[in-house]
Amino acid sequence: MNIVVLIKQVPDTWSERRLTDSDHTLDRASADVVLDEINERAVEEALRIKEAGGGEVTVVTMGPPRATDAVRKALQMGADSGVHLADDGLHGSCAVQTAKALAKVIGTLGDVDLIIAGNEATDGTVGAIPAMVADVLGLPELTHARKVTIEGHTVTVERDTDEGVTVLQAELPAVVSVNEKINEPRYPSFKGIMAAKKKPVRTLSLADVGIATSEVGLAAATSTVIESAPRPPRSAGQIITDEGDGAAQLVQYLVGQKLI
Amino acid sequence: MAEVLVLVEHSGGEVKKVTNELLTAAARLGEPAAVVVATPGTAGKLSDRLAAYGAAKIYVAESDEVSQYLMAPAVGVLAELVASVRPAAVLIAASADGKEIAGKLAVRTGSGLLSDVVELAEDGTATHSVFGGSYLAKSRATTPVAVITVRAGSIEPVSSPGAAVEQIIEVPAVNAATTAKIIERRPVQSADRPELTEASVVVSGGRGVGSADNFAIVEKLADSLGAAVGASRAAVDSGFYPHQFQVGQTGKTVSPQLYVALGISGAIQHRAGMQTSKTIIAVNKDPEAPIFEIADFGVVGDLFTIAPQLTEAITKRKG
Ligand SMILES: Cc1cc2nc3c(=O)[nH]c(=O)nc-3n(C[C@H](O)[C@H](O)[C@H](O)COP(=O)(O)OP(=O)(O)OC[C@H]3O[C@@H](n4cnc5c(N)ncnc54)[C@H](O)[C@@H]3O)c2cc1C
Ligand SMILES: Nc1ncnc2c1ncn2[C@@H]1O[C@H](COP(=O)(O)O)[C@@H](O)[C@H]1O
Repeated sequence: MNIVVLIKQVPDTWSERRLTDSDHTLDRASADVVLDEINERAVEEALRIKEAGGGEVTVVTMGPPRATDAVRKALQMGADSGVHLADDGLHGSCAVQTAKALAKVIGTLGDVDLIIAGNEATDGTVGAIPAMVADVLGLPELTHARKVTIEGHTVTVERDTDEGVTVLQAELPAVVSVNEKINEPRYPSFKGIMAAKKKPVRTLSLADVGIATSEVGLAAATSTVIESAPRPPRSAGQIITDEGDGAAQLVQYLVGQKLI
Repeated sequence: MAEVLVLVEHSGGEVKKVTNELLTAAARLGEPAAVVVATPGTAGKLSDRLAAYGAAKIYVAESDEVSQYLMAPAVGVLAELVASVRPAAVLIAASADGKEIAGKLAVRTGSGLLSDVVELAEDGTATHSVFGGSYLAKSRATTPVAVITVRAGSIEPVSSPGAAVEQIIEVPAVNAATTAKIIERRPVQSADRPELTEASVVVSGGRGVGSADNFAIVEKLADSLGAAVGASRAAVDSGFYPHQFQVGQTGKTVSPQLYVALGISGAIQHRAGMQTSKTIIAVNKDPEAPIFEIADFGVVGDLFTIAPQLTEAITKRKG
C-alpha cells in the first residue's frame, strides 16, 4: 500500500498569529511554526495502516523552505520519505492553485493507493483542500473521518459532522481526510529521531513538477486579499469574587445589560 | 441583473435558517436564485420559504441519486448552472459539506473561492474573520464567478418577497467510479435547543464541570436562558459532552449576544471560537484563569454553587 500524507506547516496556535502589512499573506517569518496538529493525526493514521498491512508512507507538503521542518517531524514519527514543493513562485497562491499543485506533486509519485489529509488547517480553515485535490485527480473523497477501515481494495470511513455520522465507502485509490477524534498521534521516539536523519526528503521546484510560474502565485490567484487589520483586543471587564452573593451580582449585571 | 445562485440547505422538508441569510446576502450582489438539490418531492415544500426571503427563481434539481452520494450531485448541478447562467456568484453555507462543495465547484469552474465569509458587500468584497477572530481580512475573487461560503449566523436575514419562478433542471449522473457511496446514515438526535452557531446565548462547560453527569448543571442553566450548550475540547476529550458541541479553533466558531463559560480556563484555542461574542461571562475558581482577560463580567468561584443559583434566579425572573 502506497500512502501519501498531505501535511502543512502552520503558525503555532499558541503563538500570536499575524498577516503581513504588505500583501496580507500569512506572516510566516514572525510566527512560531509547527506541523499542524491535525496532520500529526493524519500521519499517525497512515502509520497504523502501514503497520497493519505493509506499505510505504510518503509525506507531501507545499510551502516555504522552513516547511522542511514539518516534513522532518513526520519522518521522526515514522513516515518513510518526504517531498517538499518549495518555490518562490508559489507565494500567495489561492486554494484552487494549491489543490492543483498538490495534485501535480502526487502525480509524480507513481502508483498511490491512498492519500490522507487533515480535514481543516488551523491557519486558513478552508476545509476543502482534500476534496479539491480529489477533484483534480478524479478520485473519490471520504472526508472528516473519525474512523478509517481498509479491507482489500475497499476503504470505509465514518464521516463525522454536525449532521451526524455518515458511513462512506469507495474503492482505492482514494482521498481520505481525518478529524481530531481519529487517534492520538505518537511522539517521535529517540530511535525515530535518529532514523529520520537518514530518510530522503526531495525538494521540488515548480519546473520539476511541470507547473508554469504563470499558473501560480499572487499574480495569478483566483482570489486576493485586499485589506487586513487586527481586531482591537478585548479588555477585561469587572471581576468579582464570590462571597455568597456572586450569583446575585451576576444576575444584576445581566439585567443591567438587558440580557435577561 | 446577473443571477446569484444560492445552494439551499434543508433537512426534513424545511429550509435551514442559513439559507435565508444567504438569500439576503445574494440580493446585495444581484438577483437571488435558489438551487434545490434534493430527492423528488422536496422542492415543493421549500418554495414558500424561499420566496419569502427573496428568491426570484428556484432551480429544482431532484433525483433519487441525491440520497446515495454526499457532495457530487450538488457540485454537478451547480457546475452546469455556472456554465449556462453565468451567475455573478455562487453562495453556499460554510458547513463541512458546503465548504467541500464550494471547493470542488471552484476547481471545476476555475473560479475564485472565498471561504468562511462573515460579511459581503455589494461590490463583491468579502470579509473574513481569521485566526479565531483576531484579524479581519477583505478579499475578492479575480474571476468572473466567485464561489463564496458564508458562515452561518453572520448575516442578518431580511424577508422580502421574491417571484420564486420554478425551473426544473437535471441532476447530472454521478460518476460512481470516482465518488464515495453512502452506505449508512446515523443522524444526530436533535435536542430541543437552538443550534450552537445560530443561538443568541451559548452556555459552555469545560474540564471544571468534572463529568458527563455534571453537564446537567450546564444544560439546566442553558435551558433557563433558552441557550445552546457548548463545551471545551478538554470536556469533549474527557467524554463529558459530544464532539459536535466543541467550541474553539478546531470546533465551532460562535458569536452570540451572550457567552457563558463555566469551568473553562480560556486557552487561546478556545478563545478562537468565542472571543467575538458580544458579552462574555466567566465562572472559574482560579482568579488567574486567562478567560478573565476577555470576560465582561467574571465570577471567581465554584461553578457548582454559582450555576445552580443563577439558574434558579433566572427561572424565577421569567416566572
Ligand atoms: C491545535 C489545537 C486545537 C485546539 N482546539 C481547541 C478547541 O477547538 N476548543 C477548545 O476548547 N480547546 C482547544 N484546544 C485545547 C486548548 O489548548 C485547551 O487545552 C482547552 O481549551 C482546555 O479546556 P478547559 O478550559 O475546559 O480545561 P482546563 O484548561 O483544564 O481548565 C479547566 C478550568 O476549570 C476550572 N475549574 C475547575 N473546577 C472548577 C469549579 N468547580 N468551579 C469553577 N471552575 C473550575 C479550573 O480553574 C480551570 O481554569 C486546542 C489545542 C490545540 C493545540
Ligand atoms: N500547502 C499544503 N501542503 C500540503 N497539504 C496541504 C496544504 N494545504 C492544505 N493541505 C492539506 O489539506 C488539509 C486541509 O486544509 P485546508 O483545506 O486548507 O483547511 C490539511 O490538513 C492538509 O492535509
